Amino acid sequence: MEMVKNWPPARVVVNLGSSVFARSVREQGARVFEVDWRPPALGRPELIRALEVVQDRPDVDEANRLALERYSSARPTLVGIGRARDVIPGLGEYMLLHAGPPINWERMAGPLRGAVIGAILYEGWASSAEEAEKAAAGGEIAFSPCHEHSAVGPMAGVVSPSMPVFVIENRSGGNRSYCTLNEGLGKVLRYGAYSAEVLERLRWMADVLAPVLAKGIELSGGIDLRSIIAQALHMGDEVHNRNRAATSLFIRSIAPHLVETGYPISDIRRVLEFINGNDHFFLNLSMPAAKAMLEAAHGVPKSTMVTVMSRNGTDFGIKVSGLGDRWFTGPAQKVRGLYFSGFGEDDANLDIGDSSITETAGLGGFAMAAAIPIVQFVGGTPDDAVEFSKRMYGITLSENRFFTIPVLGFRGTPTGIDLRKVVERGILPQINTGIAHKDPGIGQVGAGLVTPPWECFEKALLAFVETYA
Amino acid sequence: MVLRRLVIEKNAYHDSVVLMSLTQEIQRLHGIEGALVGMATDLNKDSARALGFGDAEMERAGPGDLIIALTGDDAGALDEAEKRIASRLERKARARERASGEEALYPSLAEVPIRAGGIAAISVPGAYAAREAREALRRGLHVFLFSDNVSLEDELALKQMGLREGLLVMGPDCGTAVIGGVGLGFANKVRPGRIGIVAASGTGLQQVLAVIDELGEGITNAIGTGGRDLRNEIGGITTLMGLDILEKDDSTKVKVLISKPPHDDVRLKVIDFLEKGSKPAVVCFMGDEGHAPGGAATCSDRATVAFAGSLEEAAAMACSLASEGVSREIYPQERIEALARDLAALQEPQVSDVRMSAAHGASPRYLRGLYGGGTLCEETLAILARAGVGVYSNATWLPEFMLEDPETSRAHTCIDMGDDYFTRGRPHPMLEPGLRVPRYLREARDPEVGILLFDVVLGYGCHPDPAGVMAEAVREAAELAAREKRPLIQIAVLVGTSGDPQGLSRQEKVLRDAGATVLSSNRAAARLVALMLERARDRAGEAPGGVLDVR
Repeated sequence: MEMVKNWPPARVVVNLGSSVFARSVREQGARVFEVDWRPPALGRPELIRALEVVQDRPDVDEANRLALERYSSARPTLVGIGRARDVIPGLGEYMLLHAGPPINWERMAGPLRGAVIGAILYEGWASSAEEAEKAAAGGEIAFSPCHEHSAVGPMAGVVSPSMPVFVIENRSGGNRSYCTLNEGLGKVLRYGAYSAEVLERLRWMADVLAPVLAKGIELSGGIDLRSIIAQALHMGDEVHNRNRAATSLFIRSIAPHLVETGYPISDIRRVLEFINGNDHFFLNLSMPAAKAMLEAAHGVPKSTMVTVMSRNGTDFGIKVSGLGDRWFTGPAQKVRGLYFSGFGEDDANLDIGDSSITETAGLGGFAMAAAIPIVQFVGGTPDDAVEFSKRMYGITLSENRFFTIPVLGFRGTPTGIDLRKVVERGILPQINTGIAHKDPGIGQVGAGLVTPPWECFEKALLAFVETYA
Repeated sequence: MVLRRLVIEKNAYHDSVVLMSLTQEIQRLHGIEGALVGMATDLNKDSARALGFGDAEMERAGPGDLIIALTGDDAGALDEAEKRIASRLERKARARERASGEEALYPSLAEVPIRAGGIAAISVPGAYAAREAREALRRGLHVFLFSDNVSLEDELALKQMGLREGLLVMGPDCGTAVIGGVGLGFANKVRPGRIGIVAASGTGLQQVLAVIDELGEGITNAIGTGGRDLRNEIGGITTLMGLDILEKDDSTKVKVLISKPPHDDVRLKVIDFLEKGSKPAVVCFMGDEGHAPGGAATCSDRATVAFAGSLEEAAAMACSLASEGVSREIYPQERIEALARDLAALQEPQVSDVRMSAAHGASPRYLRGLYGGGTLCEETLAILARAGVGVYSNATWLPEFMLEDPETSRAHTCIDMGDDYFTRGRPHPMLEPGLRVPRYLREARDPEVGILLFDVVLGYGCHPDPAGVMAEAVREAAELAAREKRPLIQIAVLVGTSGDPQGLSRQEKVLRDAGATVLSSNRAAARLVALMLERARDRAGEAPGGVLDVR
């Protein structure tokens, strides 16, 4: 009997550790697979022990396979527009939804406070900013995370009861998700601006944009968002920081139906101009599309798939499929990026918004290689863009079945963040994002890159082990 | 005023060899007093504290975070150092990117698209090595575990797992292996041939490879086992698996086993295995005397097993067996005696100076050896002990000759500079032979020192020009001795093959040109030293044992 099998071994060496040895093996003509090794779990013994418990667990692998399958088979479809209070489950009368994990007025960052003030004014619950602030601080208004109502909101992400929201339905799972309509650039509520001009635009959106679009959507029979996203990735978008192609594709889908709505041509024209004038219009569709797919994957017992990554400008929070309603939070981070002229790092608020739902779904920073122009936000090179995406394969469960990246040989985007892999590799998810001014009322001051705080993942892993050990 | 600069980069892991070399380089910069570039391990945090850093952020940092701690008296110099560190680490990143053009850089073992049939070479810090090795075995890979500081329990568990799966676990603390013509760790380029080797140590194996190559033979496989494999706790799992490979491999004609003396039970098991084999075997248990001339053999040769008393002898015996009994030797006794005469003749004109300095109360009569190769150091100690020369060391098995302070030599001293004491937070001298230079010159300045001995080890993975580094020191030591008109003999043991990337003959020439006597066998060097010490003692007319009685 042979004591040793597979002998002699192939001239193939997998090198972990010193690159000097990898080089010398390569010099000898052997094939080398070099591992970019780093200490597991940032070298922390208690986390390494926790990992030992959850790795190589067929039941966890099976749960993740199921969660991922639910994600992949979801068909997010834009089916209509409704008033938030009528369609969003659990949205109470004096309640405002916001981005990120739960937070009270005292801890809210400037832009979120600004958006809350704007929303209170918009709803007519107060007649001045001071009064609105008093109402917000006084406990008369309930605050709740969008994510706890199947909704998502970019930046401050504030949704008030009478705002119109897109309704997205997962046509294979039946779950629905919601998002407000994108207001455009400049002084906008999502960046915490609440001037008369902002409120007036919101009213126009409710009075004209929403009904016209709603009728168009109805006539279309529903617009397949997954298909638009897949095409947009081939056209240079990653549908988080760049939505130009997706917005154009959306116009192509909706325009014929808009002309059939029977609304005055002048209204239709303004609607089309408004969408066309805003490269980010599709962001408020890519986000709820991502949410619809991820919510389908949420709640699978024993699954370590991350289904929410979100920030409120103060805290960053994640949710994990197998860990139910619990948030795992850490401090929101500074965004590294480029600033609009006249602004700098000192003006920036910490990372904010639900838009990192796109990364959670394998888009945004994870699909950076599909949207090379985005790297300009961080002064990076096209190679960096490719590298950002490639690195994310190291922390994900799978490659996306539908979203592919031409420059990577049409490889699927890295999809389904595995809590275990994040902790093991110490590689944090790469997020593309906008930067809000830290003071309420000013708006966007730049855009760049950010990663979640490590604590979220550390806490979630320990909780997972506690729950399922 | 001393300026301090501390930079913490979160989650920016770099290989310790790279960082330690970089730290050495930065420390030499003008205007820099203290430098530490390293991962935030407890050891490195200690070192940073010793430089006067006690920052809360530093205390929170973990082994995945990079610490750059610099002190100096000039802000410009600190800026410059910081810039250089950044570009070095950056350049490394770029070099890796280039390398990944042909072969990708994978984020983890799990991502590597290979399932079985290759070898995982693991040189990550010991605390994490067992985990990676387990993963490699799970993927059907044989394991070459260079990392040290792996626990005995982990070693046993890994080797038992390997045994179950039919996979070889070489190591931990395995310096060298050559598998299917591919050298792993520190490995010499050797032609394919008929000799198969199983060896515990790194430099010991390298010495055997080099002598085999010099004698014109070649090898099939050189399998490393790690230094603890023949201990009772491990029971020789890898040694036996390795010998089994050699037994079943048709191209292997002769088996060689090199190790420290095993545990008695394990010795029986291993020798029994060899005796039952169909091929002749040569065994060298370092420290045992084999059947070497000059001492009674502690092991008697058996039908298929012959015992060698040194690395050179083991290699020579294997070559003789491979070529059906034609005796092969590099350094027969006559050649060593001739060398001793030559060296004595060179020193002859200075005998009067010797007497003169002796009259001043100091005579250049002591040996000082500085080794990068731990096994080579131990072999020297064993050979000199056998010749009746007591040698102080930090690596001796004789308690009465153990140095109290590894920094301070006394009488005859040989130091293993690859010992943990010297490598804490510094690169191993195999990688940075220059780390020995200050100590070497310190020994050279000691008027009682007559012989300096050191090793230069070539091969893949080793320093690109170790002879060049040591030649500087040799030249300086020679000048120093000449100025003081005292004889100083410098002997280099050069371990390497003609195929090694450093160029054996070029490395030899560099050392000779600097004034060193170069030998390719550690045993021969030790015997040469023994002979010279004996002659010196006779010349000095001291009573037998006079020079040797160094306590």
